[in-house]
Amino acid sequence: MNDLSHLPTLLPLTLTDVAFRHRGQTLLQGINLAFGASGRTIVLGPNGAGKSLLMRLCHGLLQPSAGTVRWAALRDSGRSIRRRQSMVFQRPVLLRRSAIANVEYALAVQGVGRRERRRHAAEALEYFGLASLAHRMARVLSGGEQQRLALARAWAMRPEILFLDEPTSALDPSATKAVEDAVQAFHDRGTRIVMSTHDLGQARRLADDVVFLCRGRLLERTPAIEFFQQPRTAEATAFLHGELVW
Amino acid sequence: MASWSGRGIAVSCRRVFKETLNYSHANAGVRIIQRFLNAVRAAAVAGLLVLFGGPGMIGPAIADASHITLASTTSIEQSGLFRHLVPMFREETGIDVRVVAVGTGQAFAMARAGDADVLLVHDRDGEERFLAEGYGSDRRDIMHNDFIILGPESDPAGVREAESAIDALQRIAVAEAAFASRGDDSGTHRAERRLWEEVGITPSGRWYRELGSGMGSTLNTAAGMDAYVLSDRASWLSFRNRQALRILFQDDDALLNPYASLRIDRDRHPHLKHELAARWHDWLISGAGQAAIADFVIDGEQPFVPATKP
Amino acid sequence: MTGGNPFATALELILERDPVLVGIVGLSLQVSLTAVAIAAVLALPLGAVVALFRFPGRGIVVAGLNALMGLPPVVAGLMVYLLLSRAGPLGSWGLLFTPTAMVIAQTLLVFPIIAALSRQVVEDLWEEYSEQLRSLGASRLRAIPTLLWDARFSLLTGVLAGFGRASAEVGAVLIVGGNIDGVTRVMTTAIALETSRGDLPLALGLGIVLLLLVMLVNSAAHLVSEQAKRRLG
Repeated sequence: MNDLSHLPTLLPLTLTDVAFRHRGQTLLQGINLAFGASGRTIVLGPNGAGKSLLMRLCHGLLQPSAGTVRWAALRDSGRSIRRRQSMVFQRPVLLRRSAIANVEYALAVQGVGRRERRRHAAEALEYFGLASLAHRMARVLSGGEQQRLALARAWAMRPEILFLDEPTSALDPSATKAVEDAVQAFHDRGTRIVMSTHDLGQARRLADDVVFLCRGRLLERTPAIEFFQQPRTAEATAFLHGELVW
Repeated sequence: MASWSGRGIAVSCRRVFKETLNYSHANAGVRIIQRFLNAVRAAAVAGLLVLFGGPGMIGPAIADASHITLASTTSIEQSGLFRHLVPMFREETGIDVRVVAVGTGQAFAMARAGDADVLLVHDRDGEERFLAEGYGSDRRDIMHNDFIILGPESDPAGVREAESAIDALQRIAVAEAAFASRGDDSGTHRAERRLWEEVGITPSGRWYRELGSGMGSTLNTAAGMDAYVLSDRASWLSFRNRQALRILFQDDDALLNPYASLRIDRDRHPHLKHELAARWHDWLISGAGQAAIADFVIDGEQPFVPATKP
Repeated sequence: MTGGNPFATALELILERDPVLVGIVGLSLQVSLTAVAIAAVLALPLGAVVALFRFPGRGIVVAGLNALMGLPPVVAGLMVYLLLSRAGPLGSWGLLFTPTAMVIAQTLLVFPIIAALSRQVVEDLWEEYSEQLRSLGASRLRAIPTLLWDARFSLLTGVLAGFGRASAEVGAVLIVGGNIDGVTRVMTTAIALETSRGDLPLALGLGIVLLLLVMLVNSAAHLVSEQAKRRLG
């Protein structure tokens, strides 16, 4: 089941006229976007712009109030589609068990057999430099180690697309570096990356293209070089100059 | 779906045990904890067997064992007579007697429902009604003792000077001295009500306290509030919390307290162990049984007098 | 053994290791632990289901479980009595006045406590885990064992509360067990009997032994969970 080559590909992911309302407030509207089979998209925008919401809508954790979120592999149910994606949150939620058991759990949900689970989990931990911590309880690891474990968990799942919601905002520089390296590794393996951040340097380092959100609207979808040199909108310009935008 | 999650839980449980056992290696109280956990596990397994294996496994195993259920009164149980009689009977016959001690009223109810193999009670009227209704098949006098009237040493109602049991109760009523009644429809309670009827009054008022308790609890309460109380002699002899309670009146034919053994009608409740119950019933009135009753002594006193002289 | 200091009596009871007392203690533990184990096996998943699923009548189930936590033992005993009596629907099983009947009655008493606590604990943990578990593609049904396992130490508290209630109650076991010497006599019914015989020091001595026993079980569980918690973070 871990080998997905025989399945029709999930991507592209297409959002059409997506809106999200909560308790009478419109938090996202008029979103039209497509994510192709490869590349690294960085989602930028001021706080409250709707970056996290957008990624949760894409990942299927939230349902849009209007519009559609459509994957190429249409016939599959929501849950089986979600098993072919991964998401890394700002604060990783780890189960109260050992590091390796956390990874194995995700694989078990995917339906991977017991022996393979163990092997894939060990490989993922090894790859992220966590092999020596495999049998430590996940909850006692440091913040950076926990985020690396969340990445290792995603790695073992071999997702076609990986969402990362400000994964480094609570981390120190060396841990941040480790996360960025991991994102690069996912990219090299062909995983589609969609990541939000408020660290512009990080965005410059990682982005192939940029999605810029402001006040619940999609203002720009631009190749990274162009975005950072010549943003099209006044809001993006102000944002890049570090001015307060909302 | 249910069986799936059930399996999940079972697996989880097994892992809890394993993990907790591993933790305890590091600990000083290792073995106690391990043994405890083993006990828990054994209990859990046994519990599951009881629940899912059902009565098919355990019910009949208990039901077929060589024992009978005897419904009897708290007064005999508390005197310790059964602890004297049952081992002797078991020695002779290999039959165990499981005594459920309740008030006589409840003992009759148990027998009517088919939950007792044999009765040993003390309520003539109730026994006759039980036979008349067709629940009982054979009634035999086994033994008797007597009721006694207890009260505080200070004896505010002057019961010590009473000429009869009726007179004694009359004095208590006139003085409106506190009186503790069982109030639980037991044999003793029924005997007490018959006595009040003979006195010709319906006791009521603050001085007459219906407790709704067994003999022992009633004695505890009476001792605590310096009340008069009607008790059987055996319960009194084995009672340890006497405080100021004393025997103030005794030895009156009206206070005779006869105990009888009743077998249950075979047609009413064919599932009962009638053969085994009959052996107990017969043993009680045999020479051996009667002698055993006569041998029973508490603090040098013989609380029960066998029905036939050995 | 009669007369004198209840603490001395308790000490004497423990040191003597009187076989009758050992039998009574053993039966108490066996009955209550079995009841708690059965109740836990049934109530933990039920609490989790109620926590995770929305269904018609759910509010009634929650309110019912909370109310049943206060079920008087005597009522539970009476219900089981009527069920198991020969005149009752399950009379032919012949379980009345057996330890099995006591286990059933205590299971009934303990079940609501564990189920209500399980619901609360699992609901709280689901709050924390739901996004991550759904992201991994786990269904709610799949989440139940996960949540129960991860909440195991909080749930242990509920199970211990259940054990406390089971080992302390006298009303139910007295009615369905009959307090038969050597067969269904447990600590609490023995205490009730000695109290009614007016042997208060012995009754209190037995009470102290019971208290020590419950403390032993509780502290053993506490010890295990504290140690594990420290390891798990």
